[in-house]
Amino acid sequence: MNNILTAQNLLEVNNLKQYFDINTGFFRSKALKAVDGVSFNIREGETLGLVGESGCGKTTVGRSVLHLYEPTEGEIWFKGKEIKNDKDIANFRQHATMVFQDPYSSLNPRMTVADIIGEPLDVHKLNSSKKERKEHILDLMDKVGLNSEHAARYSHEFSGGQRQRIGIARALAVNPDFMVCDEPVSALDVSIQAQVINMFEELQEDLGLTYLFIAHDLLVVRHISDRIAVMYLGKLVEMSSATEIYDHPLHPYSKSLISAVPVPDPRIARAHERIVLKGEIPSPLDTPSGCGFRTRCPYAIECCAESVPEFEEVHAGHFVACHRVDEIN
Amino acid sequence: MALLEVRNLHTSFFTDAGEVKAVNGLSFDLEYGKVLGIVGESGSGKSVTAYSIMQILAPTGKIVSGSIKFDGQELIGISEKEMRNIRGKRISIIFQDPMTSLNPVYNIGHQLVEALKLHTNYTGSAARQRAVELLRLVNVNEPQKRIKQYPYELSGGMRQRVMIAMALACEPDILIADEPTTALDVTIQAQILELMNSLQDEIGMSIIMITHDLGVVAQMCDEVVVMYAGEICEQGTADEIYYNPHHEYTKGLLNSIPTVASAGTKLKPISGTPIDLLNMPEGCPFAPRCNEAMKICLGKHAPKMQINDEHIAYCWVNVREGVADGSIVLAEPADTLADKEVAVYE
Repeated sequence: MNNILTAQNLLEVNNLKQYFDINTGFFRSKALKAVDGVSFNIREGETLGLVGESGCGKTTVGRSVLHLYEPTEGEIWFKGKEIKNDKDIANFRQHATMVFQDPYSSLNPRMTVADIIGEPLDVHKLNSSKKERKEHILDLMDKVGLNSEHAARYSHEFSGGQRQRIGIARALAVNPDFMVCDEPVSALDVSIQAQVINMFEELQEDLGLTYLFIAHDLLVVRHISDRIAVMYLGKLVEMSSATEIYDHPLHPYSKSLISAVPVPDPRIARAHERIVLKGEIPSPLDTPSGCGFRTRCPYAIECCAESVPEFEEVHAGHFVACHRVDEIN
Repeated sequence: MALLEVRNLHTSFFTDAGEVKAVNGLSFDLEYGKVLGIVGESGSGKSVTAYSIMQILAPTGKIVSGSIKFDGQELIGISEKEMRNIRGKRISIIFQDPMTSLNPVYNIGHQLVEALKLHTNYTGSAARQRAVELLRLVNVNEPQKRIKQYPYELSGGMRQRVMIAMALACEPDILIADEPTTALDVTIQAQILELMNSLQDEIGMSIIMITHDLGVVAQMCDEVVVMYAGEICEQGTADEIYYNPHHEYTKGLLNSIPTVASAGTKLKPISGTPIDLLNMPEGCPFAPRCNEAMKICLGKHAPKMQINDEHIAYCWVNVREGVADGSIVLAEPADTLADKEVAVYE
């Protein structure tokens, strides 16, 4: 933990914005602000958890960071260098990869396991001979606990947990430093989920990986992350160490999100006071003025509608975007 | 007498690849006004159990044997006409995916009124009035406006409320909720669970809660049934299952979920992969994944083990330990308990 706090920033994201044009009528379009000014950094060897509800933009952040979408605005710095042109991106992608949410649709059904894992090796021309390529693939399969006999099989022959291992092996192929994990365990059964989470942790220890771990399951994020960022309607509302956010959430949204998690312990669950939010997340096409959360916030007052709260550091390493953070805590 | 008594239920699907025993000898009771949780992973047979009770199995599925007694009446073997009187009226179901379980070409009002006309005496404008009341009951805002909207115009949480309103239209005795919150976000899940809790208090119905989420079970259920590969592993009050588990699968499940305390430590997952239902072992279906499995586990089903008044389990490992220290009294005598040799299982 200590060395993580002193480690250097591997990735810095400054004021990232990602807008999509949505057709709202004949020749008319509107900007959907999926990500609207997000800044964070990730230190070497660290896991940053990104949580939020569906539609809050967390997946878009993951994709924009890897330049899978061309960001509308903002800077992305990797190892102290800004990623600007296509050459930077191609180089960056040898160091940064992604594990996708759905292990069923993210693997090509017409490719064998060996070809799926081998594709990034071919794209980046990392092997000089066929023999070397094969050895590399088998080594990757071994790393994620797949049997080498399965190399010639197709993905439909595997269970969800094994498919996710194939996806992870593919992401590891270029020997990355940084990995975006977009809901990598949410499609898996509880018992299999634990196997995959442990594997992520072991790979991090062995290979010194840095993760941006995107998930909606707060218990999973709490387990795996060093720090957690909470996202709502395209903006970060709170960011701090995992323990701090869990034990002392400051933003009203984080408070309700954490209290809404069903605790797998009947006595605690019965005694537990839940803050049940009213209403639903507003459409990102039609966001409220001022603070995005004010329509559901139990503490909202006039000033919340007038100006957007700054994402400020309230004490060491704990960032919150709320006008009334001092009054309500 | 319990409200619903399921005894030795066997449901199979007859596929080209062979018979898939989705539910294999399941028995449980649902008491009046209680919430029963059925927990298990995909393929454990929990949804098939619900569909068997409702008799809405896919064409290849069939209840092979067993008994389902509802309020004293045997449901297996009754005519479709009689079943229609019970289905939707006295036993209702909410499905997992509110997106696909509402009809996209009819508005919400039409679908609610349809249920009311089929099962109650409401007609015409009275039925419409009642539909608005039901939407209000499940906390849908502006029910007068919503009733004219189509499913695509509503959010996931709203749709699930409409499903609940529809299921409650006839004030059923039993509400079966098949993964009702799995497709929803945490804050919306909290709203729906709170709603179900308060409706249960108001209407006094019994609920069968089918889920894979041990957190939801802990929050909602009085009684819990743990299933694996179509068979019951363990059954008891929520406290007994969480604090005094007596089946290796239940223990494995509880150990594999991340908790606040687990941060910084390794999770203890269950090894192996889910079972192939076409290729079941002879004995305990969990044995191939069980770290404690003994020889006998592979060859023979464990006997029913009465831990106490509120708790039964089927597990050889725990039978051996329990009988050894005298804490367990077997409901049926186990003749082969002498075979204590631990199996070497690859």
